[in-house]
Amino acid sequence: MKVSQIIKELNLIVFSGNGGLEKEVSGGYVSDLLSDVMGNASENEIWITLQTHKNVMAVASLKDLAAVILVKGLRPDKDTLDESNNEDLPILGTSLTAFEISGKLYNLINK
Amino acid sequence: MHFQYSIEGGDFSRAGNASSQLKKLLKQLNVDSQLIKRIVVALYEGEVNIVAHAHRGTIDVDIEPDKVFIRLSDEGPGIPDIKQAMKEGYSTASQKVREMGFGAGMGLPNMLKNADKLNIESEPGKGTIVELTTLLR
Repeated sequence: MKVSQIIKELNLIVFSGNGGLEKEVSGGYVSDLLSDVMGNASENEIWITLQTHKNVMAVASLKDLAAVILVKGLRPDKDTLDESNNEDLPILGTSLTAFEISGKLYNLINK
Repeated sequence: MHFQYSIEGGDFSRAGNASSQLKKLLKQLNVDSQLIKRIVVALYEGEVNIVAHAHRGTIDVDIEPDKVFIRLSDEGPGIPDIKQAMKEGYSTASQKVREMGFGAGMGLPNMLKNADKLNIESEPGKGTIVELTTLLR
């Protein structure tokens, strides 16, 4: 399933990284600890988090993740947004909590 | 091939720049993508450690046909007990650093998992040298 389909199905906001919306998504990873994501997330996964600073993009890009979803209505910092556009790695947003959006994404991907 | 990067302590906005540059370079050299991941995960953790704990540091990368050797040396507080620092979950990071999602005590264990060889030498009050070796074949 592509990032763009997930955006549509889960009614997500696109903050940045429009160049990466056609990337294929293999699964998801939920964590607010950057080293946890570094150590355990896999390529092409969507990362669900409440962290909004620029280092999120460094981790997402180094791990070749498909996209990042910020929860609870949080917005990316300005330099996070710029980096997302540079890397064509989308930052998406939802007003839902990590628990709620994870459940929906899980069901969608495993449908 | 030899490359060098400088790191300033406390400058989180640039943490990951060296890893990102090395990743692009290794891609151009057609290094296996899984190996690249291992190398940049280990290097990123090293970069973050210098930013989070040290005053400044230098990263030297040597790319050879059969291996990538990375040396991170910093001027900083050093590690009094390396064995303890290697334990998963042990961290001396500040509250501010923890709030950013760092300092969970996973950095050095991640480096150990993702390198073929990890060597740490430290002098408390002076600094730390971390050497990472990844075999390419």
